Amino acid sequence: MTPTPRDYSLIGRDAALAEANGIAAAEWYSCPIERKQLKELMKRSDGPALRDTAIWIAALVLSAAGGIYFWGSLWAVPFFLVYGVLYGSSSDSRWHEAGHGTAFKTRWMNDVLYYVASFMILREPTVWRWSHTRHHTDTIIVGRDPEIAVPRPPDVAALLLNIFALKSSVTTLKSLFIHAAGRLKPDEATFIPEMERWKVYVVARIYLAIFAAVVAACFWMGSILPAMLVGLPSLYGGFMTIYFGLTQHAGLAEDVLDHRLNTRTIYMNPLFRFLYWNMNYHVEHHMFPMVPYHALPRLHQAIKDDCPEPYPSTIAAYREIIPTILRQLREPAYHAVRHLPDGKTPVPYNHGAIINPAE
Amino acid sequence: MPEQWFDACDTDDIDQDDVIRFDHEGRTFALYRTEDDRFFATDGLCTHEKVHLSGGLVMGTIIECPKHNGRFDFTTGKAKGAPVCVDIATYPVKVEAGRVLIRLA
Repeated sequence: MTPTPRDYSLIGRDAALAEANGIAAAEWYSCPIERKQLKELMKRSDGPALRDTAIWIAALVLSAAGGIYFWGSLWAVPFFLVYGVLYGSSSDSRWHEAGHGTAFKTRWMNDVLYYVASFMILREPTVWRWSHTRHHTDTIIVGRDPEIAVPRPPDVAALLLNIFALKSSVTTLKSLFIHAAGRLKPDEATFIPEMERWKVYVVARIYLAIFAAVVAACFWMGSILPAMLVGLPSLYGGFMTIYFGLTQHAGLAEDVLDHRLNTRTIYMNPLFRFLYWNMNYHVEHHMFPMVPYHALPRLHQAIKDDCPEPYPSTIAAYREIIPTILRQLREPAYHAVRHLPDGKTPVPYNHGAIINPAE
Repeated sequence: MPEQWFDACDTDDIDQDDVIRFDHEGRTFALYRTEDDRFFATDGLCTHEKVHLSGGLVMGTIIECPKHNGRFDFTTGKAKGAPVCVDIATYPVKVEAGRVLIRLA
């Protein structure tokens, strides 16, 4: 891979630069919205997530049952396709929303969903809770955000491997062994507080124990069926995770303090919105992360006049993302520019920081 | 040292089940009103990443930070789980003649 002119690690040159430039843990732009309306939008309830989770679990059970029933024939393929996407892709949005504590009003329900969905998407819950916290503090700030999906120049091979979560899973497996041994990686130590670290080690051991049990079950049955139900769906069903996930920020500006410039809102069909739990309203989510997924369409209506034109479809977003990524292979500094509506400009304080990247 | 009470706002300045910001002598506080008309005060900035809690959501006696959804019980200052790990300072509050007073010393 061509050496990157930016240092995306959290302990390197650009981490120090972000602090020096005043763009670490900085103040971000928020679209104006009446407090009363925002309070209404922030209101929590258990109903929508209970309904959606019941549908999700029922679909998981039915598709798994079909896959088991038809195991050994081609008829099993469509069932495992559905099961895989529900398990390995839609768990991403469940993990995400429950991690914010906004899916349900009742806290323990968020916690249960968070831990189950974390396992399904093959993420370590404590590590990712803290990495995602940092992602919200420093969205696409180089050297600060641990969740920049497409560093520049892009690693296309890694992106292709991650269509089936191959690179990310290998990284996670390596991390599990490190964590199970009671250690953190240096980057992780920058965002996981001391008092939370024991959880990382315990959960890593539990994950490894579950995987060992699944492997043992496969040997015992002489079949990979157990792994098709637990573990492998994170890989074979993971393709929608990257399909949705790349649309959030890939190819947009780095080091800005305005989510309208580094995040996409995309109109998606109802099925995608169910699988993705409305995270297509991603500008809205980043700007007001305490608004639950089911209220994001209403929040979008409230602030859309202050935001760039949403993308009409996921395909439309990819018409921008793919050429941008390919161009960044040659020109790492290039990015797609989001245009604010006429008469709207980024708030002056967002230009107060002196952006002085090392490139 | 005598108790120092400061006039913060009118009771009607805070909606029920809501929070407002109160700045005083270079410090910032969050003032809360519960659904049953009790008033409380804490430091204004989240102990996690110094975000103003006045933009957050009040749920019963819990304030949720608007940035990372960390939660405190604002009646005790107790942190209620990640990403907030450090409790927040609370201040005595009283209501006199329709005014909310906060004791800072």
